[in-house]
Amino acid sequence: MALYSEKVMDHFRNPRNVGVIEDADGVGEVGNPVCGDIMKIYLKINDAKVIEDVKFETFGCGSAIASSSMATELIKGQPLEEALKLTNKAVTEALDGLPAHKLHCSVLAEEAIKKAVKDYYDKNGIEYDPADFPEDHDCEHCHVH
Amino acid sequence: MKIYADNAATTKMSRDAIDAMIPYMEEIYGNPSSLYEIGQIAKESLENARARVAKVLNCEPREIYFTSGGSEADNQAIISAAKIGERKGKKHIISTKFEHHAVLHTLNKLEKEGFEITLLDVHSNGVVTAKQVEDAIREDTALVTIMYANNEIGTVQPIEEIGKVCREKNVFFHTDAVQAIGHVPVDVQKDNIDMLSLSAHKFHGPKGVGVLYAKKNIFLSNIIEGGAQERGKRAGTENLPGIMGMTVALEKAVANLDNYTVKLLPLRDKLIAGLDKISYSELNGDRDARVPGTVNFCFEGIEGESLLLLLDDKGISASSGSACTSGSLDPSHVLLAIGRPHEVAHGSLRLSLGEDTTEEEIDYIIKSVSEVVDYLRNMSPFWRDLVNGKRPHVFAE
Ligand SMILES: Cc1ncc(COP(=O)(O)O)c(C=O)c1O
Repeated sequence: MALYSEKVMDHFRNPRNVGVIEDADGVGEVGNPVCGDIMKIYLKINDAKVIEDVKFETFGCGSAIASSSMATELIKGQPLEEALKLTNKAVTEALDGLPAHKLHCSVLAEEAIKKAVKDYYDKNGIEYDPADFPEDHDCEHCHVH
Repeated sequence: MKIYADNAATTKMSRDAIDAMIPYMEEIYGNPSSLYEIGQIAKESLENARARVAKVLNCEPREIYFTSGGSEADNQAIISAAKIGERKGKKHIISTKFEHHAVLHTLNKLEKEGFEITLLDVHSNGVVTAKQVEDAIREDTALVTIMYANNEIGTVQPIEEIGKVCREKNVFFHTDAVQAIGHVPVDVQKDNIDMLSLSAHKFHGPKGVGVLYAKKNIFLSNIIEGGAQERGKRAGTENLPGIMGMTVALEKAVANLDNYTVKLLPLRDKLIAGLDKISYSELNGDRDARVPGTVNFCFEGIEGESLLLLLDDKGISASSGSACTSGSLDPSHVLLAIGRPHEVAHGSLRLSLGEDTTEEEIDYIIKSVSEVVDYLRNMSPFWRDLVNGKRPHVFAE
């Protein structure tokens, strides 16, 4: 299908890191069923603050699944600091682009990761600047409510 | 296996329809408005086609206007009735919430011009009743426009009864029959229809050609201004190859209707029964009041576009009403109109069969859809929440 790049289709058809980490150190979920996409990221973080393992679950369209897959690949094995620098743009570029109306999928991926890291900080009493993390919004990309 | 299960989107042209077009490109290419021989032969063919289409619909040839398709016919029917109403001070139009956008967007435009539009609710089975129409008709109602068969869920409306109510109340009745012609019997006299739209590419004819039937007492307004074609009501050199292809396709589809129905009904019902076995899924629209080829389901916990892409990988062409596939933020207005919540409407799948569909294909579709739904649910956090009871199910298991 010409709608998506080959990279997107590859990550959609063979998503990397699908699943759940039962004893995750940080979990982040964004989106909601009304909008038609939910992404959930699970992080396993070691003492050196490196992302040892990451898994995702996604309810959504092809580009949502591909964006989650790509985002998890990009942060796996990375120090937390690096993972926090991951932008939706980097995810999109790594996928060789997304159609304009699908860009929000890469935004969701970025936000899900940030939310999972924040969850880790919260659970471990680590201080952070809340401004570095996206607001918790239910339905930014769609206005059906 | 390659299976085309999107015949409600468009159909493959029949050999007969293609063969009927070719002479009008190669030999009889004259302009029907020209007075020399190949122009006049073209003109005769055009009028012959008009008479044949009229015969199929059971009306007079002069009540047939050739258009560029279903959308144009819908636009012209509605605008014409609105203009007639306006001249008599009638500025109220009745339609339904689940019409095609060719109707809904035309009504939106009229609303901005000061018309009052009543969009009837659609029952959860995807049907609007004549009683609803009767109750909604007012002194100032200029038009009732209700589709014959819905394009997404395939439900057939009680058009004859609705037409009868409109006749009794002396209100014009238009029906978008784009998804009905060739799928259920349509007769403008018996069904009490004043105006009707059809589109050739939905019954194995060419794209970009259709018909507006308008009863002879209805004064049409032009959508396209210019030359005097179509009795001055639709300018533009006639698409004669398209019209000839459409005419043959229409005759064939209607002549074949009984065979088609007998063949497709068991396949359709087998497909419905097979997909019903998938847990937390539900058929959209009435089981029986539907065209023989269209089946539409919602599956909880998954999203339609990813379902379509994976079915495409398995060789199955289908469609969905999810927001991602509609290119908008909301899922299908049709599914919302029959009361499906957003989260379920995103997980919809439309399969529309054709006369070539085989039982083997139905088996393969059922198997493939079940596999893909399972696969997507396994990676869906929404599905996990449903299974864990963190969110409520919409459907019964
Ligand atoms: C119910 C209905 N009305 C109108 C149309 C528009 O027809 P066309 O594509 O010929 O403009 C379609 C087809 O998409 C349809 O399904």
